[in-house]
Amino acid sequence: MTVMVVQGGFDPWQEIQSYQNSADIMAGKVGATSVFIGTMRDFNEGDPVKGMTLEHYPGMTEKQLETIVAEAGQQWHVLDSLVIHRVGDIMPNEPIVLVVVWACHRGDAFDASRYIMEALKSRAPFWKKERLITEDERWVAENTKGYKSV
Amino acid sequence: MSIKVRYFAGLKESLGRSEDNLAFTGFITVRELWHCVNPDQRLPNNILAAVNMDYVDLDSGVSDGDEVAFFPPVTGG
Repeated sequence: MTVMVVQGGFDPWQEIQSYQNSADIMAGKVGATSVFIGTMRDFNEGDPVKGMTLEHYPGMTEKQLETIVAEAGQQWHVLDSLVIHRVGDIMPNEPIVLVVVWACHRGDAFDASRYIMEALKSRAPFWKKERLITEDERWVAENTKGYKSV
Repeated sequence: MSIKVRYFAGLKESLGRSEDNLAFTGFITVRELWHCVNPDQRLPNNILAAVNMDYVDLDSGVSDGDEVAFFPPVTGG
């Protein structure tokens, strides 16, 4: 289980590849790998967005992410997991977050990765400040709901 | 001993500072702490609070040496 908060860009596919290569313990056991990548849009709430800055609370962010990953491991059979979240200045199309869960079966992989992602959205102390094409800046007030209400 | 109080994101900007240090001994709640260090500011409705990097209720207690943080709803991911 690995959690990383990184300043600057990262290539999620390269991170997955190198993590899998280094995790011998998983070899032969993995039946399902669930990958979620969150990237930056160039629009939000009807306005074009030029870039954004992600602030975080160093220490608490890692602590919360580690707790969330551990909770997922208690609820589902997870072989391993990797969470990477970026901070600092970000441009549209660039990855913000990567959540990978390796499991024996798809149910555990899908459900654990969804749990990690939704919990991250509501509990990990990150804050987005958007820069619009007008050069105005604004804090994102709250995250959208991950599940549609029925 | 003292209590370190930290602010983040939009709250940090609106207050114009990132932290306070309060010399204190005794019992105080998170809510009371806010009013001690921000006597002229209402506690925002949607504010979140943490003590030593764990989320807490605003009525939970704070001890000497704790790090308390106040911040707006989180928007990562």
